[in-house]
Amino acid sequence: MNMTSDISAKAMPTPAPQPAPQPASRSNPVHPRPAIELQDASVVFGSGDKAVTALSPTTLKMERGDFLALVGPSGCGKSTILRLASNLIQPSSGNVLLGGREAAAKELRIGMAFQNPTMLPWLTIEKNVMLPLKIVEPFKRTFQRDRKGAYRDRVHALLEQVGLKDFAGHFPWQLSGGMLQRANLCRALIHDPDLLLLDEPFGALDQFTREELWQILQDLYLDRKPTVLLVTHDLREAGFLARRICVMSARPGRIISDKAVTMPQPRDIGVIYSPDFVEMTQGLRELIAQIRK
Amino acid sequence: MTEANRIRMMSFSLIIGFFLLWEVLCIVLNVSDLVLPRPSEIIVTLWTRFPVLWPHILQTLYSTLTGFVLGVIIGVSIGVLIGTSRVAYGVAYPLLVGFSSIPKVAVVPIFVLWFGSGTTPAILTAMVICVFPIVVNIATGLATTEPDLEDVLKTLGASKKEILWNVGLPRTMPYFFASLKVAITLSFVGAVLSETVASNRGIGNVMMTASSNFQVSLVFAGLIVLALMGVALYAFFSFLESRVTGWATRGNDIAIT
Repeated sequence: MNMTSDISAKAMPTPAPQPAPQPASRSNPVHPRPAIELQDASVVFGSGDKAVTALSPTTLKMERGDFLALVGPSGCGKSTILRLASNLIQPSSGNVLLGGREAAAKELRIGMAFQNPTMLPWLTIEKNVMLPLKIVEPFKRTFQRDRKGAYRDRVHALLEQVGLKDFAGHFPWQLSGGMLQRANLCRALIHDPDLLLLDEPFGALDQFTREELWQILQDLYLDRKPTVLLVTHDLREAGFLARRICVMSARPGRIISDKAVTMPQPRDIGVIYSPDFVEMTQGLRELIAQIRK
Repeated sequence: MTEANRIRMMSFSLIIGFFLLWEVLCIVLNVSDLVLPRPSEIIVTLWTRFPVLWPHILQTLYSTLTGFVLGVIIGVSIGVLIGTSRVAYGVAYPLLVGFSSIPKVAVVPIFVLWFGSGTTPAILTAMVICVFPIVVNIATGLATTEPDLEDVLKTLGASKKEILWNVGLPRTMPYFFASLKVAITLSFVGAVLSETVASNRGIGNVMMTASSNFQVSLVFAGLIVLALMGVALYAFFSFLESRVTGWATRGNDIAIT
């Protein structure tokens, strides 16, 4: 039970975070232990002749508060790394440590969002976003008491931050794809996770909506500073949002390039047309084109 | 007149037209009332014999509803069990299909053998006949929960019970209510079936006795009563369904744009 002391100490639900619309912005102490550490972790599905190596032994380290984008050809094991980090699958060999401990120890609180917004159709947006508070410790302890008070305010504050304030009482099918994805981000962040895992969250959106959401995600990230692992196949998305970009080879995947993005944050959307940015994405593109051959 | 109202009117006219045609054909073709009584005769019989019919109506309703409730409890339990576990699903499914393919009329003699004639076999028949559609629907609803959504909840650290409670069961509600509408009508069939074979009470028994006494219009009165009860219960569960699972039909009239 010694894990609970750490978690509950830093994030007891904050009472009604008015007037500043930032639910529980937390100071980020310099943590000696990295948020995610893959030590020669590999993943093999199946066994015998039918065994498929989804991920070659990979070593990857992410410091707390970092924003890493994983890019690479489809089927290269990007999502596999994400599923390792979220403890949905276990490595076939090697170790996966979260916050310096075994992933199963739940040292870190995790938020996750996929390309499919997966909102529950029978709940309003407000209640959908509130769902993690019903499930994650320590929030669930006072859920019955706070769901109409502090938690509701918390949800509304976050929805306001992404421009969905007026849609809290709407049902998912009444919202557009971009709005649903914003609500999805809110649901991934409402419980103030240490680790935010995003699997091509904007893949199904049109270009304008996508750029709009990049900016929203950037604001949310800079505001809360979780550790973010973003899987994407959009090089500009990776370049605009991330502090670090890892390129993966085709299956069986492994990381072949690991570069920092030095441009200061917050970045303006116009940056994606600047020569430096274009040069960087061009470099990534060539790298991936080589792998695919 | 709105589209919905027009359809309702047409549906009503169809029912009236059906009985009118029946009446007219009986008169024109001079059909004996020992073969097919006219609707007007049936209604008269229904009216005059209603005090005699009433306790039997209650009896049938009681058997049906008791059997139905038991069937729902058992069906939901089995459905949840095999819907949440892939192993249980694979293991139990063949046996369930086997059970469901037994003609339910064949189990009545067995129940009579075990429990004697009367209310108990009627309740049990109503129960076994309605279990299977409920099991299948609950299991299907649970088994088809989106994997992405389950992953999101698992990463939050949700237990199996929490996933079932927050996602699985609400998602299954439309399937469940669809199966209730089927199950309630089947329960009726089961109860009446058993009453016909082995009981001295209930509408089924009334119809059996009446037919052996050539009181043909009373037989048909029994049929009408059964049909009306069936429609009433179906309508009740339809209403309940629309209230509980309105989100699944997302009618345009409640959309906010």
